[in-house]
Amino acid sequence: MNKQAPIKEKESVVIKFVGDSGDGMQLAGTLFSDTSAVLGNDLFTFPDYPAEIRAPHNTLAGVSGFQVQIGSEKIFSSGDLCDVLVVMNPASLKTNIKWVRPGGTIIIDGDSFNEKALGKSGYQTNPLTDGSLDVYKVIQAPITTVTRDSLADMNISARAADRSRNMFALGIVTFLFSQGLETTYKFLESKFADKPDILEINKVVLTAGHNFADTIEAVDSAFKVPEAKLKKGRYRNISGNVATAWGLIAAAERSGRPLFLGSYPITPATEILMEITKNKNLGIKVFQAEDEIAGICSAIGASYTGSLAVTTTSGPGLSLKSEAIGLAVITELPLVIVNVQRAGPSTGMPTKSEQSDLLQALWGRNGECPVIVMAASTPASCFYFAYEAAKISIEHMTPVILLTDGYLGNGSELFRIPRVSDLPEIIPPLAKANDENYKPYKRDPETLVRQWALPGTEGLRHRVGGLEKTDIHGVVSTDPLNHQMMVQIREAKVKKVADRIPLQKIEGENSGDLLVVSWGGTEGSIRTAIREMQKKGKKIGHAHFNHIMPLPKNTIEILSSYRKVVVCELNNGQFAKYLRSEIPEIKYLQYNKIQGLPFFTGELIEIFNQLIENQQS
Amino acid sequence: MITNRITSSEKQLTKEDFISDQMVKWCPGCGAHAILKAVENVFPEIGYKKENFMFVSGIGCSSRFPYYVDTYGIHGIHGRAAAIATGVKLSNPGLSVWIATGDGDSMAIGGNHFIHIIRRNLDVNIILFNNQIYGLTKGQYSPTTPIGSITKTSPHGTVEHPFVTAGLVMGAQGTFFARVIDTNIKMMTEVMFEAAKHDGTSVIEILQNCIIFADKTHADITDKEIRDDHQLHLKHGEPMLYGKNKEKGIQLKGTKLQGVVVGLNGVEMEDILIHDQYEKNPGFHRMLGKMGPPDLPVALGVIRSAEFSTYDDMVEVQIESAREQSNIKCADDLLNSGETFEIK
Ligand code: SF4
Repeated sequence: MNKQAPIKEKESVVIKFVGDSGDGMQLAGTLFSDTSAVLGNDLFTFPDYPAEIRAPHNTLAGVSGFQVQIGSEKIFSSGDLCDVLVVMNPASLKTNIKWVRPGGTIIIDGDSFNEKALGKSGYQTNPLTDGSLDVYKVIQAPITTVTRDSLADMNISARAADRSRNMFALGIVTFLFSQGLETTYKFLESKFADKPDILEINKVVLTAGHNFADTIEAVDSAFKVPEAKLKKGRYRNISGNVATAWGLIAAAERSGRPLFLGSYPITPATEILMEITKNKNLGIKVFQAEDEIAGICSAIGASYTGSLAVTTTSGPGLSLKSEAIGLAVITELPLVIVNVQRAGPSTGMPTKSEQSDLLQALWGRNGECPVIVMAASTPASCFYFAYEAAKISIEHMTPVILLTDGYLGNGSELFRIPRVSDLPEIIPPLAKANDENYKPYKRDPETLVRQWALPGTEGLRHRVGGLEKTDIHGVVSTDPLNHQMMVQIREAKVKKVADRIPLQKIEGENSGDLLVVSWGGTEGSIRTAIREMQKKGKKIGHAHFNHIMPLPKNTIEILSSYRKVVVCELNNGQFAKYLRSEIPEIKYLQYNKIQGLPFFTGELIEIFNQLIENQQS
Repeated sequence: MITNRITSSEKQLTKEDFISDQMVKWCPGCGAHAILKAVENVFPEIGYKKENFMFVSGIGCSSRFPYYVDTYGIHGIHGRAAAIATGVKLSNPGLSVWIATGDGDSMAIGGNHFIHIIRRNLDVNIILFNNQIYGLTKGQYSPTTPIGSITKTSPHGTVEHPFVTAGLVMGAQGTFFARVIDTNIKMMTEVMFEAAKHDGTSVIEILQNCIIFADKTHADITDKEIRDDHQLHLKHGEPMLYGKNKEKGIQLKGTKLQGVVVGLNGVEMEDILIHDQYEKNPGFHRMLGKMGPPDLPVALGVIRSAEFSTYDDMVEVQIESAREQSNIKCADDLLNSGETFEIK
């Protein structure tokens, strides 16, 4: 009964794998993404996992998901609604059904919809039989049973067999997307190179799933997403956290300053610490500190001593580091602080993304305490912004806070691999040994940058510290006029960075009805919405900011060229507040979402259309 | 002169090489002045290039120290000197790193960093000014203030059990602990030299007098009339004798240390314990560290100096072996490692 399903070509498809925390959904999703990438699709992934490591089995709290959008055009986000949802138990269906497009395909392990599991997830009736899924295309497969059957010859326990159910589901999906099995086999082979038994089990079950889909009639059509027309080059799939780590590693190499990371584990930033630690072979010093404060303080010590010093954290950790950031500001030492934002306040929702640390990054310290603030846009762009943060911090002898977020950090996309020698040069302002004119706070008249004199160098002994110092000589001082001058110098030094950063760009016409303003990790979803509207002839533009303190020099011109300006953020209006204080001439409308979720293209288009049509507001 | 991986000075340095041009602003009569003298004495003796010394401090009277010696230095923030110094030493292991801290700075606000730097055995030297009071904020009780003391924030007397610094340091697996009195510059200098020689975290507790807010807080150890009976000056390999004519000694009775008089009640010289500062097992060192009046003298000098691998050495060794084993030699290799693919 080998029935060839007709193949539908699609420009892009969103697929999400959901199951219990132990069901291996992250692995299934990653394998599918990597396979799609090798087969030529552009992609953007986002894992959506619970804060608990193993919540009680089959409960709503334990649902773990992995979403990916693949496409034959540039993909900017992991997508809104799913075209395909793979469901391993009732709880995952219950929590995710709202994310499926009407008419979308749902692949379900029918075996898992037993009375006990239905009860635990709060279903009164069985959704497989009560008609509630009628608007979807449901592929119900006895995944558990067939998985066990396919392994019958291998003499393993049912429990062990059940652990590979994810591969059966993945097998169905690879068939559905007209992908052969060879590429996925290769990934499995490299992943389980030292575990031949597990490799064999996974391959057998993957193949069984693929063949099952090929055989049953339920799969009445398959998709094909043609190859994307990407720029020539070597690519890889990269997550924002790994890209951040690599950007810093590249900056260290290019600046000739050794990399030092002082950090403390915190979700969702920990992966940067783990990734940098893996690369000790490049001479990197990593210090897993006893707390967040020790993380940043060790970095300040390393910075004084001549390292490219970094500390990585998430919101609550940034709060703990505030006092020490002040020390780096007053000592005028380079320091990169990466904040992978998550939903707050306090512990908030650690695994959910938000953009609510912007004002903390800008102002959350005692005293007049300016730092440079930047934000990355997409997972792969984290590489370039981490690199630029390091460059600016070193060349301007000032701490930089780089904001990413959980969505960027854990999400991934294709990354065109650059050559390190093609990246911009980084020139540390090092003081020369025995320079008789060296003074700790003597400055470059143009940039106001002081020199970096490294301990161990002859003839440059000097002290820095948290007490206010005189300019040039760096002597402890409470002189009133000196303090005012030093505050103004530190402020001016940060503002002058505007001379060195790129001008703000607009996506779309240079003027029109509506300018959408955004910053950081929302670029993809907003860009997708804007492009769709532009295709329909709307006069809408998009200014997406990566440089926040200081703002690009042309910001006011850009904001003044549109009839309306709306600032879209995943917080309660922090960038809008900041813009109102910096550029009060403009009337800012706001669209804010604070749900621990990204923007969806659909909701944005609706809002933007309303704003364009409504002449009053 | 100490020889190790820190580069030595080619010419003999003197005290003048380390005197800073800053005005020393401690109160006249403060014990800290003598500590500064001891440092100026010992640095030339240690013999490293003067650019290879680095001072790190936190906040408090003690922590003004970096401004008063002419070395590289960071005057940090309250409690964090140990954390800052960790970055300094890891970033450049070729520096001789010294921390100046106080009882409040290291054991209250900086307690966490203090125990962890000790646990890791990072090769730095901590000079801990223990004056049992907050001086710079004008007289509040600290974690080492004796219970019952009247201070600005304990008008009815403190109801807190104080830390015994030695107990905390050795409880945190300290490898070097010494105790000295601020009036004894000679012993301070000797002990600082020993600390510099020791590979690992060296804690030198200095019983410092704050003439303004806790004057004579250490009087039951330092007073002329009683000091011979209340101080035991330890020397490695020598019997633990004290008293005006060294007629008293420390003996182990059962599981406890006892002060005895040699020649009395059948006690002989052989019964007196011999000090072994290099013993790895901290048992005796802990007991010595805890001794104090009225029953026993306070142990001064180097109590413990045990050899264990240091954190900074292990970090370097790990990097070297990772370097040898990995094919990834530069950032380009890293970017192109793992699964990549070509788009033509
Ligand atoms: S307050 Fe006490 S510790 Fe501080 S400088 Fe004066 S005497 Fe010394």
